[in-house]
Amino acid sequence: MHHSIEIEQLYYSYPDGHQALRGVSLHIEPCEKVALVGPNGAGKSTLILHLNGILSGNGRVRVAGLPVVKENLGKIRARVGLVFQNPDDQLFSPTVYDDVAFGPIYQGLPPDEVRQRVEKALAVVNMSDYLQRVSHHLSVGEKKRIAIATVLSMDPEILVLDEPTAGLDPRARRSLIKLLDNLDITMLVSSHDMLMVRELFPRMVVMDNGSIVADGPTQELMANEALLKAHGLEAP
Amino acid sequence: MLLSPFLSPQPMHIPDGFLSPLVSILLWVFSVLAIAYSLKRVNEDLGERQVPLMGVLAAAIFAGQMLNFTVAGGTSGHLMGAAIATILLGPWAAILVMTTVVGVQALIFQDGGLLALGANIFNMGVIGVATSYFVNRTIRRIAGERRWGVFLGGFLAAWVSIVLAALAVALQLSLSRTSPANIAIPAMAGIHALIGFGEGLITIGALALIYAARPDLLLSSKQRAVGGNALWVSGLAIALALAIASPLASSQPDGLEWVAEQQGFLDTARGPFYEIIPDYIFPGISNQAIATILAGVLGTLMVFGVSFAVAYSRRKRRLNEVRQSR
Amino acid sequence: MHVHFLDPYRPGHSSIHQLDARVKFILTLAFILTTALTPIGAWPIYILLLAWAIIVEILSELGVGFVLRRAVLALPFVLAALPVIFTVPGAALLSLSIGPWALTITLPGAERFISIALKSWISVQMAIVLAATTSFPDLLTAMRAIKVPRLLVAVFGLMWRYLFVLVDEALRLMRARLSRSGESDREDLKSGGALIWRAKVAGGMAGSLFLRALERSDRIYMTMLARGYDGEVRAAPLPPLSRRDWLTLWLCLGLLFAILVGAALF
Repeated sequence: MHHSIEIEQLYYSYPDGHQALRGVSLHIEPCEKVALVGPNGAGKSTLILHLNGILSGNGRVRVAGLPVVKENLGKIRARVGLVFQNPDDQLFSPTVYDDVAFGPIYQGLPPDEVRQRVEKALAVVNMSDYLQRVSHHLSVGEKKRIAIATVLSMDPEILVLDEPTAGLDPRARRSLIKLLDNLDITMLVSSHDMLMVRELFPRMVVMDNGSIVADGPTQELMANEALLKAHGLEAP
Repeated sequence: MLLSPFLSPQPMHIPDGFLSPLVSILLWVFSVLAIAYSLKRVNEDLGERQVPLMGVLAAAIFAGQMLNFTVAGGTSGHLMGAAIATILLGPWAAILVMTTVVGVQALIFQDGGLLALGANIFNMGVIGVATSYFVNRTIRRIAGERRWGVFLGGFLAAWVSIVLAALAVALQLSLSRTSPANIAIPAMAGIHALIGFGEGLITIGALALIYAARPDLLLSSKQRAVGGNALWVSGLAIALALAIASPLASSQPDGLEWVAEQQGFLDTARGPFYEIIPDYIFPGISNQAIATILAGVLGTLMVFGVSFAVAYSRRKRRLNEVRQSR
Repeated sequence: MHVHFLDPYRPGHSSIHQLDARVKFILTLAFILTTALTPIGAWPIYILLLAWAIIVEILSELGVGFVLRRAVLALPFVLAALPVIFTVPGAALLSLSIGPWALTITLPGAERFISIALKSWISVQMAIVLAATTSFPDLLTAMRAIKVPRLLVAVFGLMWRYLFVLVDEALRLMRARLSRSGESDREDLKSGGALIWRAKVAGGMAGSLFLRALERSDRIYMTMLARGYDGEVRAAPLPPLSRRDWLTLWLCLGLLFAILVGAALF
């Protein structure tokens, strides 16, 4: 059995010279649920974009047993479901159905299988009634769920979410947390929502200034107030 | 890779150096007239309320031109946007939006030249918008409020606007003797018949999303009526003129040169200064020295005109200051 | 200040940076017009113009390499002029036979082609220097100075204000699409979808970009009203040109005129 995510000594600098990752190493086992926390600009989003080869820095990255190199990018993108912070960026079709069907159609699945995948993904996020709705008119909470469905329809091995609860009202946040709790899949989630982190994620990784500064059981790290304070975080 | 639209300028944006000064200046004059009239109409319709709308939509069209799709073998298609701008904003605002897009591309990104900017605004803005308007309006009149009219009108407007703008580019290059008509015209027409297909499909995709989310933007009668019949006729006239002139020009061994030859000016055209004032445009002037001096004077006058404009605005500002200080 | 990676403006304190934008704008146009008016094959004039461009690049402290690299990117259009090397009649320079076809490159044809490419290359260098040494607000001032109507200048200004916001939006849309562009493990499936479908997806992305832009413009209009916008675009009066700016303007225009006269006598 392979690791779901294996990162060894990953370095990355943006073209303008800003060094965003300074030797990050991280291992995540299948079905583990890991939270990624840290202040803005710590490098969380940059790290996430390495998981499916949107960015590629120096170091070794293996995802779902495959090295992240050019030849594997197609397969890796089918195995890693990346959900971006702003769901509007992920929803660009006239109907919810078309958006959720994008991944399966791109993979070349036959039409009846595409339909099954879409229905299943929408059922998982409790949005089955929204099949023919127009994404543009949905609430932020609904859009988030659809955005998650757009990657679940690819049947990924790993789900990666960037700030899933940002901008949600309490009720939408609660139902999203419930949804994430019920998903039985490897999960890496970057968030500032420490309450959700404590509730959902047994393991927590703290990043600051391009490096991982702490990695361990959430309960333990949350109790370490000096650590949290040093990296601009607050215990819930 | 995401930046490829920026790194490979479109065959539609003519850089400086490719058009003869006379062709450049004539097209500047046409464009300035079209812009001035559009400004007048936009002011009458909604006035400066439309400034945020036009500014943001111009930015969106610029950004939308980056959204490419893979065609085959590493090539990709993407949007020019004249048709969708015309459909969303009406023709007058669309001319201003396309002027702004093409202007920023030339000024900031050197996508298209500055002296050639008049030509580029004319091709992508004026021709693109007028022909889009003509085609879309015609289809929508036939279709009434039915859904297919929106999509067929959008597709055909996009295709026609691309092909005709490309034909205009080819004709301008041939007139400037930068590219032989019998090669440039069929090549540009052929390539852009395909590119126009991509433009049409993207336009349908964009219209499908907007139709689903905000049908009011596409169906309100206000949007469609602002062009009026005069523009509809202009669009038709431009389309006809380009459709007739292009095959005529390209059917001869070297179409436009042939015109010159028939009129017996070819010998003078071979002189070292034929670049300055092509003889088939100023046929009366056969003396090279006079032609050169004339061209020099013309260019100088333009430069002086611009500098006087600066001086004038400076004086006017002073007058204003004087008035305010009283 | 955060400068977007696409913005070609390079802040600096060189004499070219400090020259008033209106003077730079007019001189750039005059230079490009002079280049356009220079006849085919006037090699000494081209060298003079190129030297002028390179001097400006050195004075601008942008680095000649920076400008030349950018200038090359703007050149693929030169292909459009390539056929003239075969079609302008004159003495044969070189004959190529490709399969059944024989192509003859003529001397005047080659001369014309190289002249067009050179003129284009020299012109684009000056446009690059203008864009790299002048901030956009200063360019707007220059546009006002040459009497571009107020409303159009306002549209340019607003476009610039939101250009990079929307470019980033477009890039995020493309990133989200790319992230889901996966390949199945099943050998029998071909990824990518049909061409028409891909085009329609790109269209959907464009449509969503336009729709969000339209809604954004409504919000902008509201905030403009909230700040007292009454439908009139106002602009501060143009500051006067310094003596140095005037001097540079007339000196350079004089030189360009002299070059034109030289070109005519050539």
